[in-house]
Amino acid sequence: MEIGLTHFLVLSAILFSLGIFGLATRKNAIMVLMSLELIMNSANINFVAFSRFGNFQIEGQVFALFVMILAAAEVAVALAIVLNIYQNYRHVNVDEIKNLKG
Amino acid sequence: MDTLSIVFYLFAFIVVVSAMGVVFSRKLMYSAFSLLFTFFGVAGIYALLNADFLAVLQIMIYVGGILVLIVFGVMLTSRVTEVDIITGGTGRKIYISSAIFATLMLVMLIYMFSSVNWGFAPVTEYKDTTLDLLGMKLLTKYVLTFLIAAILLLIAFIGAAFIARKGS
Repeated sequence: MEIGLTHFLVLSAILFSLGIFGLATRKNAIMVLMSLELIMNSANINFVAFSRFGNFQIEGQVFALFVMILAAAEVAVALAIVLNIYQNYRHVNVDEIKNLKG
Repeated sequence: MDTLSIVFYLFAFIVVVSAMGVVFSRKLMYSAFSLLFTFFGVAGIYALLNADFLAVLQIMIYVGGILVLIVFGVMLTSRVTEVDIITGGTGRKIYISSAIFATLMLVMLIYMFSSVNWGFAPVTEYKDTTLDLLGMKLLTKYVLTFLIAAILLLIAFIGAAFIARKGS
């Protein structure tokens, strides 16, 4: 069977499900961030796959580029917040952090 | 089996196995290093999809930037005395229910993707590079988005540095 659009879509579906599973089962905030990266990568694979196999032009790759930029910004801000949480609580378990004002 | 299938299955195997390593590993550092292989595998998938510039960018941004930030985060948010930094689960009940949920979603997604007839003609030829096309689009049609993304990145990094200051 020739490698087509469906192969890449199934690969990204597997990656997405693994990311959702990690997002739901882990307490550590860094682990949640890593699962989020998996989900973003799976979405990006979809964009690039449709950009290649669909009758569109290069737009999918442009969009994937912007997703990457946003992922970089998101990780920087999220890690800053996680560091602040660690200074206040001495742990980073997301389900034990309930106070808004530290 | 032609070369393309072999290369695709190789990269897909790397991506899936290392993503499972990220999710199922009990130790945070092992997860971070598995994530490295996932990013490399995804870069290979981009190269297979004729997105050469994105493949290089994936390695530069994700492996060079985001992964280093995450490893820094791991180091700074745990009392490191040995390599065993346990990630900590949320308990058996949530574990089982989210496993069922994720599997259901995977089955539904695969069913949906494989049952739809997309109606696209098969593409086999590879362009030399897509970099010139991408640059053309970025500086003509998407120039405003490009500038806004640049400003957003600047603001995000200033904000991150501000938030992470000690004793703020």
